[in-house]
Amino acid sequence: MAENKRSLGSEISKGIIKENPTLVMLLGMCPTLAVTTQAFNGIGMGLATTFVLLGSNIVISALRKVIPDKVRIPAFIVVIASFVTLIGFLLEGFVPSLYDSLGIYLTLITVNCIIFGRAEMFASKNGVLASACDAIGMGIGFTLALFLMGSVREIIGSGQWLGTSLPVLSKNPMLIFIMPAGGFFTLGVIIAAVNKLAKRKPPLEISCGDGCGECPMADKCAGKAGE
Amino acid sequence: MKSILVIVLSAMLTDNFALSKFMGICPFLGVSKKLDSATGMGVAVTFVMICATLVTYPIHYGILVPNSLEYLDTVVFILVIALFVQLVENFLKKCIPALYKSLGVYLPLITTNCAVLGVTVLNIDNAYNFGESIINALCGGLGFMLALVIFSGVRRKLEYADIPETFKGVPATLIAASIVSVSFMGFSGLFN
Repeated sequence: MAENKRSLGSEISKGIIKENPTLVMLLGMCPTLAVTTQAFNGIGMGLATTFVLLGSNIVISALRKVIPDKVRIPAFIVVIASFVTLIGFLLEGFVPSLYDSLGIYLTLITVNCIIFGRAEMFASKNGVLASACDAIGMGIGFTLALFLMGSVREIIGSGQWLGTSLPVLSKNPMLIFIMPAGGFFTLGVIIAAVNKLAKRKPPLEISCGDGCGECPMADKCAGKAGE
Repeated sequence: MKSILVIVLSAMLTDNFALSKFMGICPFLGVSKKLDSATGMGVAVTFVMICATLVTYPIHYGILVPNSLEYLDTVVFILVIALFVQLVENFLKKCIPALYKSLGVYLPLITTNCAVLGVTVLNIDNAYNFGESIINALCGGLGFMLALVIFSGVRRKLEYADIPETFKGVPATLIAASIVSVSFMGFSGLFN
């Protein structure tokens, strides 16, 4: 029992630091770059993705013995897209301002590689409880990464933090940080900083290179696309 | 005519899918190492974007809207795209093996490319008509390819650069992408 508890705890904690989906595994780059012009949007996107991830991981792991292997990708897609539609309705009803600022990127949670990757790598092979813990951990890790990105960009780019103006900085905001170019730059520096702190070598490639393990299409393409 | 020109320029340059909308970032950063793979990916994405628009537009206006089922857009679109990509792959494999050889490996990756789902959803959100949707998909794809090809050139130079140990690999790639993105910001004055 004690051992079981510890392993569930480690399923949660691995997603936050050791296997952080954004900063270590480099998955889900699109929302990480696109919605993080404000820290609040980052949190919103992170929580919406966590909701979808939790729902899809639970359903997929519960159905893992029913879904035939050959049609698993369309089956996963339907489950994920249904949860995305659901969170879209919830946000539109209860937090319309967030719904407006996330815009099309809310729909694009459907094709977020984190959710697909977890469904393929974890939920389709593990039990419901473990999959739920995995989803919570990955979701928290993703939310924290987005919050970090959003904070850096909002503080430097518009001199505010969570909507509150900061002294000095608000007089001289560096607009480039809330523009697309600033997104790439901030993410590059954050990944470098994380690597420095963790004393790791920085990853050399993104998903289509070395990271085939997480890619749902790995068996079909076998790393050929990255060459 | 004027609206068409605006769509062409914004889809290709000012609102470039990869560099300002951040759609399709994974292939943009992952498959941009060599020029020929960048071109192959670009062509495949453009092709699938046009096909996806051709299929999803009639489904939205022909089936979903008359039955007031617009909220099913996400589910239906992604499913149709996934099935369609599989169909195209099988068709190319059987009928045009030469084309399959050059594009085949990129096709399965495109199902989960947010630029493809993105363009079909944007066409509906912006209330484009059928012709405008096709043009938006074509130019969005070409703009994506342009960004990919330019970036592959930048990355080739980057391989010879002397980069600090911590920044080697992905961080340096992202910072290079940021500079390419700055260069595309120059187009933002095109409309006034």
